[in-house]
Amino acid sequence: MDVKISKGADIKLKGSADRVYANVANSKYYAIKPSDFHLLTPKMVVKVGDYVEAGDILFYDKNLEVIKFTSPVSGSVIDIVRGAKRKILEVVIEAETDIKYKQFEIGDLANLNKQQIIDHMLNAGLWPLIRQRPFATIANPMESPKAIFISGFDSSPLAPDNDFIFHGDDYLFQLGLDLITQICDGTTHLNLDGNSNPAKVFRTAKGVQINHVFGPHPAGNVGVQIHHIDPINKGDVVWYLTPQDILTIAKFFKDGRYDASKIIALTGAKVKKPRYYRVIQGTSIAPIVADNTHEGEKRFITGNVLTGERINADGYLGFYDFQISVITEGNYSEFFGWLLPGFHKYSLSRTFFSWLNSKHEYDLDSNNHGEERAYVVTGQYESYMPIDIFPVQLIKAILIEDIELMENLGIYEVDTEDFALCEYACTSKIPVQSIIRRGLDIIKKECS
Amino acid sequence: MKLMHNILKKIKPHFEKEGALSALYPAYDAFETFLFVPNHTSQSGTHIRDSVDLKRTMVIVIIALLPCLFFGMWNTGYQYHLQLASAGLQSIEDYNFWDHFFFGFWKFMPLVIVSYVVGLSVEFAFAVNRKHQVNEGYLVTGMLIPLTMPIDVPLWMLALSVIFAVVIGKEVFGGTGMNILNPALTARAFIFFAYPTKMSGDKVWVHSADKIDGVSGETALGQLASLVDIDPNDETVISKISEFSSDGAYSLSNSFLGIIPGSVGETSVIAIMIGAAILLFTGVGSFRIMASMFIGGLSMAYVFNLVAPDTNLFMSLDPIHQLCIGSFLFGMVFMATDPVSAAQTNKGKIIYGFLCGVLSVLIRVFNPAYPEGVMVAILFMNVMAPLIDHYVVEANIKKRLKRLKVDE
Repeated sequence: MDVKISKGADIKLKGSADRVYANVANSKYYAIKPSDFHLLTPKMVVKVGDYVEAGDILFYDKNLEVIKFTSPVSGSVIDIVRGAKRKILEVVIEAETDIKYKQFEIGDLANLNKQQIIDHMLNAGLWPLIRQRPFATIANPMESPKAIFISGFDSSPLAPDNDFIFHGDDYLFQLGLDLITQICDGTTHLNLDGNSNPAKVFRTAKGVQINHVFGPHPAGNVGVQIHHIDPINKGDVVWYLTPQDILTIAKFFKDGRYDASKIIALTGAKVKKPRYYRVIQGTSIAPIVADNTHEGEKRFITGNVLTGERINADGYLGFYDFQISVITEGNYSEFFGWLLPGFHKYSLSRTFFSWLNSKHEYDLDSNNHGEERAYVVTGQYESYMPIDIFPVQLIKAILIEDIELMENLGIYEVDTEDFALCEYACTSKIPVQSIIRRGLDIIKKECS
Repeated sequence: MKLMHNILKKIKPHFEKEGALSALYPAYDAFETFLFVPNHTSQSGTHIRDSVDLKRTMVIVIIALLPCLFFGMWNTGYQYHLQLASAGLQSIEDYNFWDHFFFGFWKFMPLVIVSYVVGLSVEFAFAVNRKHQVNEGYLVTGMLIPLTMPIDVPLWMLALSVIFAVVIGKEVFGGTGMNILNPALTARAFIFFAYPTKMSGDKVWVHSADKIDGVSGETALGQLASLVDIDPNDETVISKISEFSSDGAYSLSNSFLGIIPGSVGETSVIAIMIGAAILLFTGVGSFRIMASMFIGGLSMAYVFNLVAPDTNLFMSLDPIHQLCIGSFLFGMVFMATDPVSAAQTNKGKIIYGFLCGVLSVLIRVFNPAYPEGVMVAILFMNVMAPLIDHYVVEANIKKRLKRLKVDE
């Protein structure tokens, strides 16, 4: 199936990763952050000082105890960081140099049934890789989804290139797909970038429905793809995961151990040599960014600049992230910044004269470029929202906490990332993504 | 620049929570953010933000209004000098371009100053009182209000209408972004109904027209309003009609250039079109509203053409000519497009604009006592806009529910 998207925008940033792998020593510190999983209440199994192997349980989901979270490395738990109200923020593990893996008995791959695959994934801590729409939470293994969606590409700014990453992984990828297709009775969709020629590993994938998505960002967002291919109605559940998750699953079933390695891109204008890195889930970014960033005040982000989370220079990679972005922290005041012609101020609108001066790539910083205001400009979000909903009306429904209206306006179809471009473009500087998250949380609580 | 920054930094503590002047913090904040785009960085969601903000958007509208402003100043002088010439007091050749312009400049600047000083004072008072930030909305409203006024409007009347517009038109609803009616039109409507003698007739549109016995300083619409129930053979009627022919005072080319009497900013089609081009190119103004309102007005004028009796020149006037006179185009480009009071959905904007156009022409033609229909039409559609949006959104909801039923 072909999907053409016209609404959206590609924000061209400086600092895309060169297509080479950088060699860097593995980090000593790793962390699993319960805050990466929306609405999760963790119940700790380990305590500070415990020794764990890769694949050993760290904590589980208090509301759905079968969902376990395991250690990506072997070593000792050195810290459980807590925030306000003793909320657990990070479970930090100091890794051994040689990782010891817990062995899982898989049995004959060809004879695994649906329930066995799910049970193995749950026990090894692979299940959290599978998320669901609506709500963008970890999938409930007891439910059966109407489809599984895999977005084969990431269209967000400076995103890692899967065609490069997956070079030579044909066997593992197909193995993973064969397993994943068994856990869902509906169709598994693999969505590829229609604007480019995807790698052979994706083009030749079997057992899945291949769809091509054309157009600018957010074409790669799974929510946009679901909306155009098999939209979610009230009561429907769709599961989704990323291509690298498929590899992780395949490696686990092939070797019987939780190999949590993945490939990430270090990107952004503040990076000296933006490249690809092979790391382990939850790694501290310190060894990666050390000596590889330019001078000046910086912002480190796990994920991309639109949806990622801000971390420290020694913070940890997010569970679902395949990218680290480093940009300039824009805490400067600008004299008459709103009045001057602005030949160098990038804008999706043409209100600054930068359209005269359109460059290949831009170095955008974290400055807000203005203060928050009430909604004045209209029609702006609609230009960046390829899903057939009324974004501003939905946001207003969330602000007044009208659940029925939120449902009617299509909140089941969206996640915060689908609104990221709206938030970027917003003239009134409204915190759009956090409002959408609040709406999803309200609905989720109402449903449970 | 650095000096200003340091001064601001130095006095800031006085306005903060513990300071003696903390009640005035919104005023300080408005002043600081006027000079400097603040050093705020993104705290949630996206880590990068577009350069555009509300101040920039408002400035673009003001820039788009400048051609109308400058032309209006020139035309004010030109119309006055034309009147002197027709009264036999002076010859129009005695004045050059700059004489016209500066005459208008000195007459018009007091209106602009009063509008901004009074309007912003009210805004600041509300901001300080309610402890919210001073919003930028008035930057545009403050320019629009004087541009829709006749040049001789008494300043106290202007001030009163500004206060009415800001308080009743905007602040009682919660300030910029929350209002139902367009504040600039609210000001004009207030003054129109409260002091009709200063806003209509043939003695208000040119400076000192009531003192000088020159040619009639009537607007094209006022003139047309007297041509709706006529005897086509009457001589005065024929002379009046001839004013709309190609060499008359209200000819299409004169209306297009804008060298006719009227509110300061509304007369020149060329100046308005430059403004429209700026708004559309920057993406600040809505093409949907402008285009659909133009088509709406044009269609209505065509329909009138088809059914016009011989005795009604207003109805049989050429549709393009019909739209070029009065404030139709000014209202279309600068008033109907106000995003807060217009319809907010894309489909809604098209319906809203079309009805604005239809009603504008309908009201001006069918109510001769009341030639300026655009103002009332847009205000009426402002009230109707939420209803239009409601049905557009409702259609989207129905579509989603239908999909649910088809799936089951």
